[in-house]
Amino acid sequence: MSSIAKPRVWEGVFWPAVATVLLLAVWQYSVVFTGTKVFPSPMNVKTGVVELLQKHVLWADIGDSLRRVALGFGAAVLLGIPVGLWLGWSAAANQVVNPVLQILRPISPIAWIPVAIIFFGVGDRAAIFLIFLASFFPIVLACVSGVSSVPPVLRSAGRNFGLSSPQLLRRVILPAALPQILVGVRIALGIAWLVVVAAEMIAVDSGLGYLVIDSRNSGKRYDLVVAAMLMIGIIGLVLDFSIRQVERIKSVRWGFRDAS
Amino acid sequence: MKVPVWLRPVLFIAVLLAVWQVAIYRHPGQLLPGPIGVASGILDLMQHGLLLRYVVASLFRVTWGFGLAVVVAIPLGLMLGWYRRGEMAFYPLVQVFRPISPLAWIPVAILWFGVGDLAAIFLIFVGSFFPLLLTAMSAVHNIPAVYFNAGRNFGLSPGAFVSRVLYPAVVPQLLTGLRLTLGIAWLVVVAAEMIAVSSGLGFLIVDARNAGNRYDLVVAGMVLIGAIGLLLDLAMRSLERVRSFHWSVSED
Amino acid sequence: MSSAEAVVTAAGAARKLRVQHLGMVYGRDGEAVSALEDINLDVSEGEFVCVVGPSGCGKSTLLNVLAGFLSATSGSVTIDGEAVSGPDPRRILVFQERGVFPWLTVEGNIGFGLSKLPRAEREARIAHYVQTVRLQGFENAYPSDLSGGMKQRLQVARALAVNPDILYLDEPFGALDSITRVIMRGELLRIWQTERRTILFVTHDIDEAVQMADRVVVLSSRPAQIKDILTIDIPHPRNISSPRYLELRDELLKQIGLAYQV
Repeated sequence: MSSIAKPRVWEGVFWPAVATVLLLAVWQYSVVFTGTKVFPSPMNVKTGVVELLQKHVLWADIGDSLRRVALGFGAAVLLGIPVGLWLGWSAAANQVVNPVLQILRPISPIAWIPVAIIFFGVGDRAAIFLIFLASFFPIVLACVSGVSSVPPVLRSAGRNFGLSSPQLLRRVILPAALPQILVGVRIALGIAWLVVVAAEMIAVDSGLGYLVIDSRNSGKRYDLVVAAMLMIGIIGLVLDFSIRQVERIKSVRWGFRDAS
Repeated sequence: MKVPVWLRPVLFIAVLLAVWQVAIYRHPGQLLPGPIGVASGILDLMQHGLLLRYVVASLFRVTWGFGLAVVVAIPLGLMLGWYRRGEMAFYPLVQVFRPISPLAWIPVAILWFGVGDLAAIFLIFVGSFFPLLLTAMSAVHNIPAVYFNAGRNFGLSPGAFVSRVLYPAVVPQLLTGLRLTLGIAWLVVVAAEMIAVSSGLGFLIVDARNAGNRYDLVVAGMVLIGAIGLLLDLAMRSLERVRSFHWSVSED
Repeated sequence: MSSAEAVVTAAGAARKLRVQHLGMVYGRDGEAVSALEDINLDVSEGEFVCVVGPSGCGKSTLLNVLAGFLSATSGSVTIDGEAVSGPDPRRILVFQERGVFPWLTVEGNIGFGLSKLPRAEREARIAHYVQTVRLQGFENAYPSDLSGGMKQRLQVARALAVNPDILYLDEPFGALDSITRVIMRGELLRIWQTERRTILFVTHDIDEAVQMADRVVVLSSRPAQIKDILTIDIPHPRNISSPRYLELRDELLKQIGLAYQV
């Protein structure tokens, strides 16, 4: 896009490395310059990570967070896609149900916590419910959007070959909408990961979110706080990357002009 | 009996509310309120003058946090989108920071800003910054190459190019991104208030529960949060529709 | 030689499609708009009929009605004596563009209507039609790897694979560049001469109609009525510089109301 010549391949590694080094340097320097006793330097964080790994706490927390995401997000996918397909298919149903969804959607999942606690008590199930809630809406909306943007030509072609409505849904609508559904699923996974951390900070006592809060509360271990934050970022990145791999399967890739 | 189209969702909601109310009746001694309880809760808040105060507090924080993020992230994102190498440098870092829930920043926020408004605004800033940055970068990428060629063909200076080609080309996508990120900011402010400050709608939810199990106020708070979030979204959508911006289709 | 109401057909061939007093009126913004008015047409088995008319005159509407995607408000359409009441694999419509399924390969597309067949037969048929439309080597390619002309060939193969009674084509070459269009016309004629299908082909291109069709149906502007039906009595391959060709072409231009000097 800029008028400079096209970057070479090695630059794809070089520039990020430069930026990262720059960031670490600025970080290190500000810690030294402000003489803070509390905020960790990059080295502190590194030793913090090692400490967590050695105490085996880190793996357990990561496992807990991932498990909650798997359950809540999984439920949202299993329930959300059929609901979304139905709403996309039936304009009448969508017209009735959509306003309710639009009203519920802007309510932060965190605001649901007291209600969730009433239904599920403090603990895992409340957290999983929150993750389900937060993932559900993007998936449903992506399905509705995907179904309604299936070109009418393809529907007509499907009918022309004698497909019944269920067959049309399965053999034409679903594959045609799949790229958009996958985008919604990917976004929902990102949201699920944000929510699990938040839920763990408030409603449960294990997991990466809890680790962040607990490290501060019990001893102002900011090195562990930042270490945990870093872990959260990296795992979130890995999750996002994994779903993008699904988007690259040939029979889906047609829907993604340029993977971004 | 054919129900007019606009009436159907209204009826559906009415049915849901009725079911909810009935469910509450059948479980007396329950903590959760029914729709009637929620309505009286809202009235309660209005009478104590709290409703306006809390709504304003939440909106205030969102405005500042979101506004700062817009002012910083959009120009930065446009620049990074333009300069390939800049983007290559920072993209991995952004991708690592983005999945970190703003709430995970709370200890850091409190350390830097103490408990209070500034910390909440910082959290909203963090939550809005990365989506806006990515939107701006993406908007520049999506400018069709022909626009650049046309601009050069007509011999535009860089300044003229930015104002006469770049800006109009990115505005539609930026507006959509702003709307979506405002929604995120609204979610973050509520969460931030539940933890870090002592006013606002998020605080209302936590406080109402802690100081006396006033679940009618809790749910009233949720309803208000949903309603205001929806209004913010509609306001942004109408901005997108303003004639002079409406040269591309926005999709959500 | 032309007649306002053509009845039967070449050399005693069986009548395939009969359209009688077909009319189509639909409401728009509270007003009744007449798209088709009193269309009468007979098409014989194995015939290649073109329908031409100015843009927006209703040719596509006519085709959609004949294919069963739309219901006429008056009149009847019968194929082999049976009324047309909805889409059916016995009459496949080839669309102008974007008709192929992008998530299926070439083989997947061609085999789309063949799911009820046993595997061996299905594969044999797919292979046969890959050959027919000359897409060998692209069996496992996806539509995004194909050119516009190839995608249209794929649609034709998919249509032919289910052995339809009638093939409808809605300006199938309209989205292609003019060189590809000429090539595709030859391809379609070749396929038609081999398979001997009944074909109803809608186009706005007069040359295309004269080059390909046995008969050309001329529609007026909206509301579409049959202005004339021309019989093209030149045998294939047709020389597009021959006097008879030019004569028919001019006749067609005149029917549509166009001057033939630019």
